[in-house]
Amino acid sequence: MTDVKDHALPTPGSGGAGHLLEVEDLHVEFRTRRGVVHAVNGISYTLDERETLAILGESGSGKSVSAQAVMGIIDSPPGFVTQGAVRFQGRDLLQMPERERRAIRGQRIAMVFQDALTALNPVFSVGWQIGEPYRVHHGVSRAQARRKAVEMMERVRIPSALQRVDDYPHQFSGGMRQRVMIAMALALDPDILIADEPTTALDVTIQAQVMELLADLQAETGMGLILITHDLGVVADAADRVAVMYAGRIVETGPVRAIYHNPAHPYTHGLMGSIPRLDQKGERLNPIKGSPPNLMRIPPGCPFHPRCPYARAVCAEDLPPLYEVGHGQRSACHFFQEVIDEQRP
Amino acid sequence: MGKDTSARSDAALSVGIKAGLQAPERGTTPAANGIAGTEASKPERQANLWSDVWIELRRNPLFFISAVFVLLMLAIAIAPQLFTSADPRDCSLTNSLVRPSAQHWFGFDLQGCDYYARVMYGARASIAVGLSVTAASALIAVIGGALAGYYGGLIDGLIARITDVVLAIPLFLGGIVILSALGRQSRGIVTVTIALTALYWPTMLRLMRSSVLSAKEQDYVTAARALGATDLRILMSHILPNAIAPVIVYATIAVGIIIAVEATLSYLGIGLQLPAISWGLMISDAQDRLLQAPHLLLFPGLFLSITVFAFILMGDALRDALDPKLR
Amino acid sequence: MSSDRRDAPRAGREPLLRVEGLVKHFPLTRGIVFKRQIGSVRAVDGIDFQLHRGETLGLVGESGCGKSTVARTLLRLEEPTAGRAIYKGNDIFTLRPSELRALRREIQIVFQDPYASLNPRMTVGDIVSEPWEIHSGIVPKAERPKRLADLLERVGLNPDDRNRYPHQFSGGQRQRIGIARALALNPEVIICDEPVSALDVSVQAQVVNLLEEVQAAFGLAYIFIAHDLSVVRHIADRVAVMYLGRIVEIGDEQDIYERPTHPYTQALLSAVPIPDPDASAFRERILLEGDIPDPADPPSGCHFRTRCWKAEALCAERYPELVDRFNHGHPSSCHFAEPRRVVSERLAP
Repeated sequence: MTDVKDHALPTPGSGGAGHLLEVEDLHVEFRTRRGVVHAVNGISYTLDERETLAILGESGSGKSVSAQAVMGIIDSPPGFVTQGAVRFQGRDLLQMPERERRAIRGQRIAMVFQDALTALNPVFSVGWQIGEPYRVHHGVSRAQARRKAVEMMERVRIPSALQRVDDYPHQFSGGMRQRVMIAMALALDPDILIADEPTTALDVTIQAQVMELLADLQAETGMGLILITHDLGVVADAADRVAVMYAGRIVETGPVRAIYHNPAHPYTHGLMGSIPRLDQKGERLNPIKGSPPNLMRIPPGCPFHPRCPYARAVCAEDLPPLYEVGHGQRSACHFFQEVIDEQRP
Repeated sequence: MGKDTSARSDAALSVGIKAGLQAPERGTTPAANGIAGTEASKPERQANLWSDVWIELRRNPLFFISAVFVLLMLAIAIAPQLFTSADPRDCSLTNSLVRPSAQHWFGFDLQGCDYYARVMYGARASIAVGLSVTAASALIAVIGGALAGYYGGLIDGLIARITDVVLAIPLFLGGIVILSALGRQSRGIVTVTIALTALYWPTMLRLMRSSVLSAKEQDYVTAARALGATDLRILMSHILPNAIAPVIVYATIAVGIIIAVEATLSYLGIGLQLPAISWGLMISDAQDRLLQAPHLLLFPGLFLSITVFAFILMGDALRDALDPKLR
Repeated sequence: MSSDRRDAPRAGREPLLRVEGLVKHFPLTRGIVFKRQIGSVRAVDGIDFQLHRGETLGLVGESGCGKSTVARTLLRLEEPTAGRAIYKGNDIFTLRPSELRALRREIQIVFQDPYASLNPRMTVGDIVSEPWEIHSGIVPKAERPKRLADLLERVGLNPDDRNRYPHQFSGGQRQRIGIARALALNPEVIICDEPVSALDVSVQAQVVNLLEEVQAAFGLAYIFIAHDLSVVRHIADRVAVMYLGRIVEIGDEQDIYERPTHPYTQALLSAVPIPDPDASAFRERILLEGDIPDPADPPSGCHFRTRCWKAEALCAERYPELVDRFNHGHPSSCHFAEPRRVVSERLAP
């Protein structure tokens, strides 16, 4: 298959008002025998070149599903994207014919998963897995593809790349496998990399290596990075902007420092207060009471209200929109000003 | 960290959700959330895991169909008198090969016996063999498999090697050889049962053993050991209830298979002998007169097929009901 | 063997548990029928530590360091290859079966995985009451329902839930059930094996708080095994850092977090991300090269030397004993130990 890229899409330009990626009012649901799971309930965000957007959320927040919707890899059935647009360089991926979408997926938008061991095919060598998509997209020979694979392995700092290009995934350690996945993702020089919990299964020293690698690669290539994680530390280190998700919605978004130092949503604020810190031995942690809601029966109004210390009657009735807090920060809480005010000394 | 992301299949949700929500890995499954989320505890229905299975079964129309037939056949086997007032051995040559009629639904066989009565009474032999072989094999399999899987080492080595040897013997050939060796006179229900049991237990034992092996690794078993529980308690309370599900499914299907095997052996003349009444024997007799009296083959064949099929279908339904619960 | 002031801060008080030279090697075998040993995984390669009444000792390290093996060996779920563990004057590893049973009442464990640590076919009530059935003399039958209700309340669960099954609870609640089970026999020591790693962030705090409350209420000692250094800092009084089967540094919480002397500890601390975007600007990052070596074939001398920026010839020749060489205040397993503040104090908001 020849390179579809040049025919299908406008030449990527930078600047102007257009964002590299624009997700608008995305809704995803899963229809099961027991009911409909509303996994994503209207999220919108943007991503520009060279920017790192962190999507922060716990399990059940919908963060992974939203990324899969962007990539177009949701199992359907039972999953359905019921509403919304995903615009890559101005063109809506959800409206595109599958053929064109496939040209973009993997090539212009690439994804790296949490568990490299299960995401890599155990019966193919890593060199093959890295080189094959490249070979297919660019129509080059196998030898060239192999050279490219070695080049990518060196770029992701896998030692002895030339000797190891024919090794199989199980012969690598966890951190190395993660690098292989990154090499695979970057072989086609994508514009956007989505990393879904890239470090959760890794030891902390390996995690540091991988995050450093991602930062360096981003600086080299200028790609946009969407980082999906629940780790508040990783987000603080790596992100430029943060979108906090809860029950399938974005409840707060803004520059990373604003989110961490002046959270304007009770959930974000609660999260910050409930984690132990490496740089301080605290007295007592302040957990958020209760548990996340069942996505088949999301409470009316604000989904967080059953657990919220600021909740009032209106919270159970009116779904809060994302209010402007200022300086690029937005919060989906009717009483965000109170949340901010209470933090002032 | 190298955390083991082993498949903890989420109980009620499908693959698409698992991929999306990563819930089982990180703590809160939506199913569990539903109950946990309703913090103000309104009294929830107490869900016993077996009653969950029952609910799943009730949803499956195939289960009902198969259960109806299984119960019907069991009833016929236990109390054939309820289904026919005729005596299957009250035969009179004047009625030989008479076709089915309104008074005698299945007609008469070569000897002039009421065929309907014979089919009814024939159920008993087939089903008795099916159930006993399965029950006996299951008993051996559960005990042997549990011991082999739990203790490992020498015991496992021994049991596993014996299992391998017996498994290598083909069921039919082995059955034929054993039963031939035993001689015509002694081939009653008991002998046939013993012969088939001796050959059939290995598959179930292997199943049980592998089930026990995986149950043994679970943290709750380690927790019981850390509490000082005896091996017996661990086997009975922790391992058995969690390992036995696949064996139950297999056993249900096995009943159907054994019934078919017995019928085949009797058909070949190696299994039950006259004057026993067995569907297999009846089919054997029927084959010479297929064109003259097709009803001789039709009715026992039909009942045999339905019975086998019903058990297999029920095993399937059980497996579907148990599967998501097989955590 | 370590004889170190910092390992016994409550001078004069006998430690509740004293571990000496604990070794656990797992044999690597080849062959199906006749197995022969071709090597061993040296999961725990000689460790010493002490645990005092009422204190929390954190045991930290990355995967493969052996911390979980330590837990299992102390509970004699695995038999040690060598070493002693003196608990209240008796060596755990030489106890007879009846004495071992008695020991089980005193040392209990909470597991990492809330989904696998509870028997899915037993009710919560049965799970928590099982210890009383195994050790039938402790709580008379008539009293068990009341004790059960008390225990469930104590861990923050509704006593009416006793007839429910584990799958009806969330991860955090299941951990509470596991904690209730561990408390049933009134132990003195609880080994917490990564008790919050598998929980959501917002739930971790709930369970950590519960563990602290329970510790205060019952005067328990914890061995808290974790890879999350932030949680350990919060809950532990003393911390031991493990690498490839050995303890490389041990000391007070402040010693380890503010004045680490072993290069691995320093690297580990510098790698932990801090949830503060400004903190990273003020931290120094030590990035280690390469991977953790194979525990079946660790490097000679100091196990850490292959990734250490200070490594010299001496490090390959001689194993650095866990002692306080230069009077830093706590022992460290490095020939060139030197305190280095890697984690700056939390910036004022």
